[in-house]
Amino acid sequence: MSEFLAMGGYGAFIWPAYGAAAILMVGVLVMSWRSMRQREALVSSLRASRRMEPEKVTEAVS
Amino acid sequence: MMHRFANPTRFMRVANAILPWAAGLTVLFLGVGLYLALFSSPADYQQGETVRIMYIHVPAAYMAMMVYASMAMASAASLIWKHPLADMIARASAPIGAVFTFLCLMTGSLWGQPMWGTWWVWDARLTSVLILFFLYLGYIALVNAFDDPARGAKPAAILALVGAVNLPVIKYSVDWWNTLHQPASLVKMDGPAIDPSMLWPLLYMALGFTLFYISVGILRLRSEIAGARIRNLQLGLTHG
Repeated sequence: MSEFLAMGGYGAFIWPAYGAAAILMVGVLVMSWRSMRQREALVSSLRASRRMEPEKVTEAVS
Repeated sequence: MMHRFANPTRFMRVANAILPWAAGLTVLFLGVGLYLALFSSPADYQQGETVRIMYIHVPAAYMAMMVYASMAMASAASLIWKHPLADMIARASAPIGAVFTFLCLMTGSLWGQPMWGTWWVWDARLTSVLILFFLYLGYIALVNAFDDPARGAKPAAILALVGAVNLPVIKYSVDWWNTLHQPASLVKMDGPAIDPSMLWPLLYMALGFTLFYISVGILRLRSEIAGARIRNLQLGLTHG
């Protein structure tokens, strides 16, 4: 196991390479997922309030 | 064929059907690729274990260019047909491409230091990939400079297309200039100059990264479409 981590003495170069890939790729995945969920939830709630309060719309126009 | 998917709702139905498969295949290909890359593939007789960095570096480089090419094509489609979905695809792709470009540069440095004795050299390949990274950042900054993405679509598309001239420069840099970066060993006239034990992890990682781009791209595209719907709904609520 410690041989595997040492990677023939090059561990200090190899593991940060794989680590950065994991962190950045998971990072963009999580951020994209969150943004999608947030925005789609907002779409739903905007549509719901539009359906429920037509008087609000009339008021704004007049 | 193009017009069948021009409707965002229909397009998203197809994209959402693909998403679980793309995500599942991403995990599968990356899993196999990582196993081959870290465990079962051999060390290189000259480079030792550092060759394992290649299994991140080369797929990331390939994706950096492939994603930009997709952005450029989507931008061309946006300018020619003025279809909102086209520039949404370009916008959705940019951060993913930027991540791959950064990873290419970073893993390249981590590989260069033990093998070449330097973290960086201003040779043609490295410099043109750094420029590609700046193009991604510039594109993202330009898109974010506009409150209404629809107004920023045209300038962003022009930037993406102008920057596309960098892609053949990157590809042929190792032929046109005297570079420290090694020349092509995969896409050559007489086939790949790499042992199968190293080619397979490369291919699996490249496939995994591609499916990652598709999966995350679909998520980001959903965000873009939702963003457009939010703007329409908010305008509708204010003005009746």
